[in-house]
Amino acid sequence: MKIAGRKITAKRIAIYATVIVITAVMLMPFAWMLSASLKLSRDVFVFPIEWIPSQPQWQNYVDIWTKIPLGLFIYNTSKLTIIVTLLQLLTSSFAAYAFAKLEFPYKNTLFLGYIATIAMPWQVYMVPQFLLMREFGLNNTHLALICLQAFTAFGVFLMRQFYMSIPTELCEAARIDGMNEYQIWARIMLPLSKPALSTLTIFTFVTTWNDFLGPMIYLTKTELKTIQIGLRMFISQYSAEYGLIMAASVVALIPVLIVFLSLQRFFVEGVASSGIKG
Amino acid sequence: MSMSNSTIAAGDAPATSRRATRILSRRRRKIQSALVAYSFIAPNFLGFAVFTLGPILFAFVLAFMHWDGSNAITFAGLDNFWRLFEDKVFIAAFWNTIIYTVVSVPATLACALGLAILLNQKIFGRDFFRTAMFFPYVASLVAVAVVWNMIFNPEMGPVNMILYTLGLDPKDMPGWAADRHWAMVTVILFGVWKSMGYYMVIYLAGLQGINSELYEAADLDGANSWQKFLYVTVPQLAPTTFFVTVMLTIQSFKVFDQIYMITQGGPGTSTLVLVYHIYNEAFISWDLGYSSMIALVLFFLVLAVTVVQFRRQKED
Repeated sequence: MKIAGRKITAKRIAIYATVIVITAVMLMPFAWMLSASLKLSRDVFVFPIEWIPSQPQWQNYVDIWTKIPLGLFIYNTSKLTIIVTLLQLLTSSFAAYAFAKLEFPYKNTLFLGYIATIAMPWQVYMVPQFLLMREFGLNNTHLALICLQAFTAFGVFLMRQFYMSIPTELCEAARIDGMNEYQIWARIMLPLSKPALSTLTIFTFVTTWNDFLGPMIYLTKTELKTIQIGLRMFISQYSAEYGLIMAASVVALIPVLIVFLSLQRFFVEGVASSGIKG
Repeated sequence: MSMSNSTIAAGDAPATSRRATRILSRRRRKIQSALVAYSFIAPNFLGFAVFTLGPILFAFVLAFMHWDGSNAITFAGLDNFWRLFEDKVFIAAFWNTIIYTVVSVPATLACALGLAILLNQKIFGRDFFRTAMFFPYVASLVAVAVVWNMIFNPEMGPVNMILYTLGLDPKDMPGWAADRHWAMVTVILFGVWKSMGYYMVIYLAGLQGINSELYEAADLDGANSWQKFLYVTVPQLAPTTFFVTVMLTIQSFKVFDQIYMITQGGPGTSTLVLVYHIYNEAFISWDLGYSSMIALVLFFLVLAVTVVQFRRQKED
């Protein structure tokens, strides 16, 4: 009995040691980033690593706002992210309601249009899409990126899968009570679909906030740039200013970190459920 | 005759017209409900059709055209297709994409499964550890890629410093992103680090779906942990593994951002991948037709994987 107990303890210690080592490795780049952001550029690469700088350079966090229009970049990105996420939630859940609960001609054909493109990488059609946007005069506008990201097959599919699991009797009962379809969507389906909406919110938020190739193709004017390409621009302009680059990187990470930590429970559930149905 | 006819008609008239109005109103109701349904779909579908379906169809046409984006489009026939075989950069990009996929997919899969099994156990602070593993996936790529480049800096980075203190000769030190033999490794390591947390979560969901009675039965048969893993966990997770493989493969085929930021496709063409080549041909050379032809190659790679997935799903 004692031996078994000791064996279990040894095993548990091994498990904890493994988990802690892996976590440390996974988080090491972030620790490095944070630590370097408080150092002078010439001290960043000093080895052995001084994880907690003896003289933290808080000035780095002041300087970045004047070296590049970081505030503007954050504003642009927030604006894009919020509009895209709202449009995505609204139009996807709207369309998904019809696909899940209503009967109409060409339903399957239309849905097939979505399904057929769900696995199609955007990179396959990014060039013709760019040409189309240019034709519409949307080059160098935020509207181009909104149009590009707000109407995805993934959103409609995710919401539809969720609505399918809500009993149809609920809608029928509401119809008998005299609700029209729009009311059913707004008062019954929407409140019930919070888990799916949260999942879609997080996915859309993270994708739009972190998008790089889209803004890189569409936005060449500095005043329109998002945080990702702004950061990239900063990196290539001040390639030796390691401390500043790291400080700007930390700033770029914070919004995602906040959203992620506040919604991470939904996130994990969302990935798990949407992933398996995929 | 005419009298009786008209009387019959007159006698039936209310009934037929009633039926007619009923049919009409039913049809009207049907049209109305269809219109309501379309009004639900329209906002999303119009955007989707214009900005996704349209460009996809356009891509297929463009692949058989010559166009620089400003002068007139001319029909190219199969010119762009034959050009693929003579384009050394394309061939390099194709193989680099394959190599990236063949290495990073199993590596990510193994790490994700390992993490999931580790973090499926009841340990203290489990949620924290799961969150920590997942965080690289949502972190801004630009920010973490620049850190990666600093950590793997061949002269000053901490990774090589550690290798140096461990006694590795500076001559044998890997040059990471700057070394044509190590650049792909650097990019793959980054990809595995960034995405394994996401697939870990999918595996966790799969693990939680396994019936615990199977493990109890295995215990009764005297199976050890390794046997339980091999004969219960792995087969039970087969659908998850398959799904993860497909997702990872598609993700790997379209890799771009991290390569753009870590190696810029170099040194030489050692990490140049298909999407990089599409990007260069379109937005640097403005050879839009040829770029679309490369995009079609990417499309068929993804299609092949998707078809396999559908076949497999049908079998299940």
